[in-house]
Amino acid sequence: MSDRTDGPDRATDGSRRAGEAPAPSQVDPPEGGEAGEHGGLAAEVRLRRGEFTLELSCGVPPGEVLAVLGPNGAGKSTLLTALTGSVRPEHGRIRLANHTWLDTRRRIDVPTHRRGVGLLAQRAMLFPHLTALDNVAFGMRASGVRTKPARRAALEWLRRTETGDLGDRKPAELSGGQAQRVALARALAADPELLLLDEPLSALDVAAAPAMRGLLHRVLGQQRRPCVLVTHDVLDAVVLADQVLVLDRGAVVERGSTQRVLSRPRTAFTARIAGLNLITGTATGETVRTPRGRALHGSVVEPTTPGEPAAAVFSPKAVAVYPSVPEGSPRNAIPVRVVGMEPLGDVIRLRGETDSYGPEAALAADITPAAVAELGLRIEDEVFFAVKATEVAIHPVSGG
Amino acid sequence: MGVPLPLWSPALLALALIVLPVLGLFARIDPARLPALLTSPAALTALELSVRTALIATVLALLLGGPLAVVLARSRFPGLRLVRGCVLLPLVLPPVVGGLALLYLLGRTGPLGELLRDWFGLTLPYTTTAVVLAQTFVAMPFLVVSLEGALRAAGSEYERISATLGAGPWLTFRRVTLPMLLPPLGSGLVLTFARALGEFGATITFAGSLRGTTRTLPLAIYTEAQADVDAAVAMSLLLVAIALLVILVARPKAVEGRV
Repeated sequence: MSDRTDGPDRATDGSRRAGEAPAPSQVDPPEGGEAGEHGGLAAEVRLRRGEFTLELSCGVPPGEVLAVLGPNGAGKSTLLTALTGSVRPEHGRIRLANHTWLDTRRRIDVPTHRRGVGLLAQRAMLFPHLTALDNVAFGMRASGVRTKPARRAALEWLRRTETGDLGDRKPAELSGGQAQRVALARALAADPELLLLDEPLSALDVAAAPAMRGLLHRVLGQQRRPCVLVTHDVLDAVVLADQVLVLDRGAVVERGSTQRVLSRPRTAFTARIAGLNLITGTATGETVRTPRGRALHGSVVEPTTPGEPAAAVFSPKAVAVYPSVPEGSPRNAIPVRVVGMEPLGDVIRLRGETDSYGPEAALAADITPAAVAELGLRIEDEVFFAVKATEVAIHPVSGG
Repeated sequence: MGVPLPLWSPALLALALIVLPVLGLFARIDPARLPALLTSPAALTALELSVRTALIATVLALLLGGPLAVVLARSRFPGLRLVRGCVLLPLVLPPVVGGLALLYLLGRTGPLGELLRDWFGLTLPYTTTAVVLAQTFVAMPFLVVSLEGALRAAGSEYERISATLGAGPWLTFRRVTLPMLLPPLGSGLVLTFARALGEFGATITFAGSLRGTTRTLPLAIYTEAQADVDAAVAMSLLLVAIALLVILVARPKAVEGRV
């Protein structure tokens, strides 16, 4: 095998040749947004591993983020290995824009290094012998860009991931959060056709995760390639994803827009893993203003800019139920109509719908059976869900 | 954590078992004769032959054993475990047996030796080449085992990331796998060289003990020990000095217990 085979002639991009001046979109991260043309992802996969079978089809339009949610062992990581090409499904078709990566019927299986698939994994996995800058330049160097322009572009990518001053450091000298930012820059700098995020926040500590989530939110919003995010944390999906696909034991349980799936889960399984209340609107400081003009007060987790799409997120456990508008401390009292009650462990999960917070606002409250009896609650009752501002977290959400 | 008391006395005994004999060697020296013995033609010839053959054997071990380590650590094929076991064979086999095996394969009447003689006019036994082959046979597993262990410890995750960044297998090997292997490679090479330098059993069986062509330092020591003990001790000191140099200068990490 020769070096030539490692060159830029990816099956997905015939326009690049080793030695040629690289396309501007590859070397210079464009100001503001991505100039490069990107197509959507369409994948159908059936993959058996022992007794486990993963079977799904999914599509992600360019610029959108699909979150794949599910418990451990649901098949999330298996899906990623099929997309990267490290595992070949028994049956499947994976297409990106006009390029076929995998078609088992036509015996097409493009190897990983020719697919153009960027991966940000749980751990940063920066090459320990290279500086942060050379880590980021690695993908460009592999596709034939000379050292100097590759380093220049890499520095720009480091700046975009807010690590512009860390270029000279070796990975061992970076914190977990810093390393993960550099790894994001490295994945994007290789100009992949498809970006895969594999639990990108789960190895970070509680202080670093929100900052990284905010950065991902900003960076993903500026780019036009399709992106698949695998996570077990619903919050990641809330902030980063446009669409959600819920997996259980290798099969799709539910799919749809993030807001719909998480706020109005159609299956009990999704409801169990979603388990949070979500009201979307626009950010204005410490509040989220809904399309119907109501405001929800909370505390900001990842920084939002005023007017940006945002979500107020709170746990059903944080909700208290009142028969009339409560007086005093709780700053948020939401009028709801009770539409369901089901036991959940030793509490009752109360489902309510509200028109005043937007068309898709369905809320849940976990209260004790004693409280249900005391309030004499029945289906169709009109009550108020009250939640303290300190229990409401405000996150930016994907506007795409 | 403190070391439990009962472990101390066997530990000290073990240390004594290693250190005392070497000190005994020093005690046996006749300082007056030492310079002359160390610079005797027999000693110098043997030293030069030993260093030259051990270096060539180390390079051979690297060129052949390095790729073998990568294949063992990274590929999957039926019988891989069996192959890995075979690689360990020279480590557990008495070197004399290894020498006999080489002799019966490559000797004048051996299946491969006959071919070599008929086709190329080559006879290997009792040549310097035979010394190098014997040393490589015995020492190469040290390199393969240490490299394979390092490769497995590093895992293939970095290589997977490299592929997602567009680097093909050969580029990934050169730019990712190889640079990360350099530190363990250094200690593996030092161990291999040290083992090749001390090789005795396989060499004397396969290559004999011909002065100037196959009589390496260990063989010279054995030969001299029967005639002039002082000369043998002096040459032993040479080997001890080289061994100390290897440990102190190269400080192989595998020897120090951190890989």
